Amino acid sequence: MKQQFPRLLVLVFGAFLLFQFFMPHEKSEWLYEYLLDWIIIIGIFALAIGIWSLIRVHVDKIKNKKIGWQYSYVTLAGLVGFIVFGFTIRNGAEWGWYFPFVLSVVGMFLMIIQAMASRAKVAMFAGLAGVFALTALLIGIFDKAFSFHFATSEGLQAYMFVHSFDFILIPIFATMFSLLAFFIASAAYRAFRARSIMATLLLLSAIIVMLRFNPYLEPVFGSYISQTSSWLMNVPNLAAQRAIVMGVGLGIVATGLKVILGIERKYMG
Amino acid sequence: MGNIGPIIVLALIAAGLVWLLLRALKGQEVDRRVIFAFILVSVAAPLLMPVTFKAKPTPIVRALFDAIDELPEGSRVLLSFDFDPPMSPEVQPMADVITRHVLAKKHQAICMTLWATGQAQFNITMNDVIKTDFPNLVEGVDWVNMGYKAGNEGVLNVIRTDFKKMFPTDANSIPFDSIPILRGVRSCGDFDLIISLGGGRPGLKEWVLFVGDPTGVPIGAGVAAVVAPQLYPYYPRQLVGLLGGVKGASEYESHFRDNYEQYRDMPTPAMVMMGPQTVAHIVIMAFIVIGNVLFFLARRKEGQS
Repeated sequence: MKQQFPRLLVLVFGAFLLFQFFMPHEKSEWLYEYLLDWIIIIGIFALAIGIWSLIRVHVDKIKNKKIGWQYSYVTLAGLVGFIVFGFTIRNGAEWGWYFPFVLSVVGMFLMIIQAMASRAKVAMFAGLAGVFALTALLIGIFDKAFSFHFATSEGLQAYMFVHSFDFILIPIFATMFSLLAFFIASAAYRAFRARSIMATLLLLSAIIVMLRFNPYLEPVFGSYISQTSSWLMNVPNLAAQRAIVMGVGLGIVATGLKVILGIERKYMG
Repeated sequence: MGNIGPIIVLALIAAGLVWLLLRALKGQEVDRRVIFAFILVSVAAPLLMPVTFKAKPTPIVRALFDAIDELPEGSRVLLSFDFDPPMSPEVQPMADVITRHVLAKKHQAICMTLWATGQAQFNITMNDVIKTDFPNLVEGVDWVNMGYKAGNEGVLNVIRTDFKKMFPTDANSIPFDSIPILRGVRSCGDFDLIISLGGGRPGLKEWVLFVGDPTGVPIGAGVAAVVAPQLYPYYPRQLVGLLGGVKGASEYESHFRDNYEQYRDMPTPAMVMMGPQTVAHIVIMAFIVIGNVLFFLARRKEGQS
């Protein structure tokens, strides 16, 4: 029964959604939209499960002192810090007890994590978490320098949230992404070698496409490079991409049918 | 005279590459750290001493520009900010210049996002473009921020037939029916153009599959360079135009500036970024040549022995 019921659900809903596409009836559309609401709700639950999973993974890392376990504290502190920044707004020009409040909330969370990860002194960490929680609560109640907001637009105007996003998150991600330039250059030097006819063709194509992006060389080559590059992108590249897209589409149909018919059952774990 | 700095740096990079090539002809490999140093200089120097070039728009970029330009005044354009900080250096300049173009043409901009991080990215456009260049435009009348909705393709499937169901309020919690710009909007079919800005999932592909094809509303896009080749197949039947990476963004900025005199002095981050990208590409190509020189020399030696 534990196996058959989920398979039955998949069969019914899968078959319905498959045939619904070809039934433009009002009721069928209504049912379809109703099911889409479910998807969104399930997605939101998945977010909560994702956060819980993140906590569990890092608690496990700290508990077993796995490589880089110290960074788990940074990850978890960042998680809570960003949530606090998103829900709190400074009311005037003064910060008041805002930062002690944020530190208290982060401290409370980290003490709870420590209590979960510890094999001893659990009560001590739980007690410290309580002290931090009480401090945060008292500051939250009595300090009027900041207040809590739960609407999207207000959170996005929060000074700490906006500045953390603009001046921490964006530069961090941009840095990580831009590091690729160094590795690509090193890899291109080592791997892009004309070992065979196919490798030579790939090499030449890559150079022509890179030359297209180069305004310095336009006066030298005129429009030849641009035209050749456009041909490479619009003919061989497009043909290959279309083949891939169609292949993937057929693969999706085959996998979908296998799931609906109960042949593919790996999704049940 | 102002270009003397970049010329000196380029000359130094060129001299260094020639020296490495001469070393390669003697069979000496290039150390990884030397490659890293060359990339550092070739990226940093054009950033510190910016040189911009006038970029001629390719047909696919021009097609998107024309699609916005040829719409009658007051058309409804839906802009979806589906990207995050890693894509921001490439996609944010596109978002800014396209938003500027849409509002300069006096179209109505309806902004939304399918990515949680897209909301903050929109805020950057709102502060740097809408509130700076168009201070007289009124939120809710000339433009609106519908905010983020979770649900990926699910959201698209719903707004295809019922926009209000997914967005009962805008990001400021103002009810849908109280927003003047949304009067007459029932579904995505009521927009004149949809522009997806991003490069991940959900993104352009989902917009085409779930909204563009079923409703017939034209879709344009600006995407990160890494995914652009995968999206070319959708042009021109399912896409009116596509900007791919910094190159696409710089072409659009250049073309927009040429056509709109009043924005001649606007910031052009993509055109500035083309400098480092261009020099880095030349350096990478030079290293590929050096690598192949070493490879053929080694093969000849093997053949002789």
